[in-house]
Amino acid sequence: MRLAAVDPGALALGLMPGIALADARAYVSNLVVFDHDSGADHCLLEKVADACERYSPMVAIDAPDGLLIDITGCDHLFGGEAGLTAEMEKRFTDVGMTVRTALAYSPEAAHALVRFQILPAPDEETAVKRLTVAALELEAETAIGLRRAGLKTIADLAVRPSSALTARFGREMTYRLACLLGQADSRITPRRPLAALVVERRFAEPIAHVETALAMLGELVGEAMLGLEQRGAGGRHFIVRFFRSDGAVRDIAVETGLPTRDPAILDRLLRERVEALADPIDPGFGFDLIRLGVARFEPLAPGQLKLEGGAVDEAALAGLIDRLSIRLGRNQLRRFAPRDTHIPEQAVLPLPAIETNVPLRWVAPAPDEPPLRPLHLFDPPQPIDVVAEVPDGPPRQFKWRRAQHEVARFEGPERIAPEWWRQSPDKPGFTRDYYRIEDVRGRRFWIFRHGLYGRERGHPAWYLHGLFA
Amino acid sequence: MTESPLTALKHHIASLEGHAHARAGKLFTLGAAVVDTKLGGGLAYGRLHEVFADETDDGASAAGFAMMLALRAAGDAMPILWLRQREAEARTGRIHAPGLAEIGLDPARFILGIAGDAALLLKAAGDSLRCTGLGTVVIEPWCSARALDLTLSRRLALAAEQSGVTALLLRTDAAPSPSAAQTRWKVRAAASSTLPANAPGMPAIDITLLRHRGGPDGLAWRLEWNRDQCSFREAPLPGAVLPLPVGRSAEAGRHAA
Repeated sequence: MRLAAVDPGALALGLMPGIALADARAYVSNLVVFDHDSGADHCLLEKVADACERYSPMVAIDAPDGLLIDITGCDHLFGGEAGLTAEMEKRFTDVGMTVRTALAYSPEAAHALVRFQILPAPDEETAVKRLTVAALELEAETAIGLRRAGLKTIADLAVRPSSALTARFGREMTYRLACLLGQADSRITPRRPLAALVVERRFAEPIAHVETALAMLGELVGEAMLGLEQRGAGGRHFIVRFFRSDGAVRDIAVETGLPTRDPAILDRLLRERVEALADPIDPGFGFDLIRLGVARFEPLAPGQLKLEGGAVDEAALAGLIDRLSIRLGRNQLRRFAPRDTHIPEQAVLPLPAIETNVPLRWVAPAPDEPPLRPLHLFDPPQPIDVVAEVPDGPPRQFKWRRAQHEVARFEGPERIAPEWWRQSPDKPGFTRDYYRIEDVRGRRFWIFRHGLYGRERGHPAWYLHGLFA
Repeated sequence: MTESPLTALKHHIASLEGHAHARAGKLFTLGAAVVDTKLGGGLAYGRLHEVFADETDDGASAAGFAMMLALRAAGDAMPILWLRQREAEARTGRIHAPGLAEIGLDPARFILGIAGDAALLLKAAGDSLRCTGLGTVVIEPWCSARALDLTLSRRLALAAEQSGVTALLLRTDAAPSPSAAQTRWKVRAAASSTLPANAPGMPAIDITLLRHRGGPDGLAWRLEWNRDQCSFREAPLPGAVLPLPVGRSAEAGRHAA
């Protein structure tokens, strides 16, 4: 076991990440160690990244311990680059974190400067050139090669023709060098897709009441709707982000089935969403920034009421679906699409009702047939005890939920073979023989024998799969 | 009943509009003449009707009856919303869309909502019943009678009355308690008319009218559901095996019976 991270006290004693735990214990007998939890580290980094979205929407995680932020066009809001870094450092120092920042023209240069820069430099170019070749973070073999060739700093490499370097040390190394020197085109991939339309409001004094925050949100909704109207569009997916002054960030998302730009509807949906939250919004010491983003919008022509009144009903239904999807949960309000398979439990694809605008095409059953598929389906099927005259024949009676059912009428078997083309050859699955059963009291069941007697299994199991009306 | 020309015209326009409002207070038939005449023409749109399963094992039949009533009330095109409590989903199995098609409902106009608890379910039901875009709302709570008291049921009934959306309250595992429902039915599975080779036939149920506001109650029928016409009919006598020459497609015999 090795040390993954050490605190400043341990660093002062000469311990460093990477040394073996036994050695560390030998140096410092009363060493306190904890298990390394990389998941928690990552969670923290995610939270910090959330908090940094107040500076710029382009935030990317630079695992394991860094963030890359594209501040192009954002710094003037904080009084220039110096103002921005000062504000950022203050915010994180206030909550007890140690941060290092570096500004550069390319993400790679910023990444290298923040980790490998030792002495301050007058400008970015000199700073980068003063870095050692370790800043390229190459494989051990290449690094040794560079050292043997006497190339110690980036400046040593930068003056040499890249073709010679590529021939000797590989393309990877020259690419990294170009990135570092800002000669290659490299960009940040933000953690979240950028919202197409963003409105936000910053508060000099944090808002500590949820109700006030929601009222402010109402104003933002109005602004966003104006923006949508100018584009002739209606929003489908709205994300509200509450930034707390202590760095915590809370997201609330609302989706609508039809594009909308009615502030009243959206306001109602947002309030509905806030009410339905399992853990309510906690303002803590107050929110100092609220941002409303329209993540997705679609063209929406100014509406006209139809004389027949059909549009009103459709709009009413769409509104209801939006509200219920928020209250019950997005996936709890469903429509069903057919799937092309014979396996009964896979024949239906549940879709969130809010997403399903396209008409679903179901084939009507053949006329004059009794129902061949049950109204209720058990997934997974329920095991039952069956008495049959012959092992591969129809059931005579069966026991389900501690009750005995005497079979009065049956139809079957309807044989459904496993989908061998989807399964691995060594695990072929079993054929199912389905019977429609009616017991002496008139209850109708759908049961199946799992496996062909004698061929696939010695003693096939029986299951109850559904109930007919 | 005589109508003034103006009201007649209003009704005519309303029927053309196909609005849920316009339906409020009118009647939909079950399709079986015996039942409809006893009910005085049918069941009322925009009212709360309760469907109870006689025993828990009759749950599927009760659900089927509720779905059939929903179909009768919603007509050919209006969407049907079924709100279930998660507990019901766990106990009776989930709703199988092809099974709905087998009853005669095009699953494309079916919406299913699952609620975590009874309070959430009833709140959602109240909201849904106010939506004129729906044909019928089937509400399936899985809670004690006490949790669904008279106040709640009156709230549902009022919402249904205002919008004209028919509300069906499906109770699989509960005993009847005082409520604001227009009618209350008890459903029990019945032996279906046997098809050739001893196969079970069309869904058959025994229904009892436990309660009917302003009408007779305590009546019982045995009905069979005809999927192709989306209507009920009186079930043939039990034990009658219907003659059928070859295959299922020649169905003249069954209809004659």
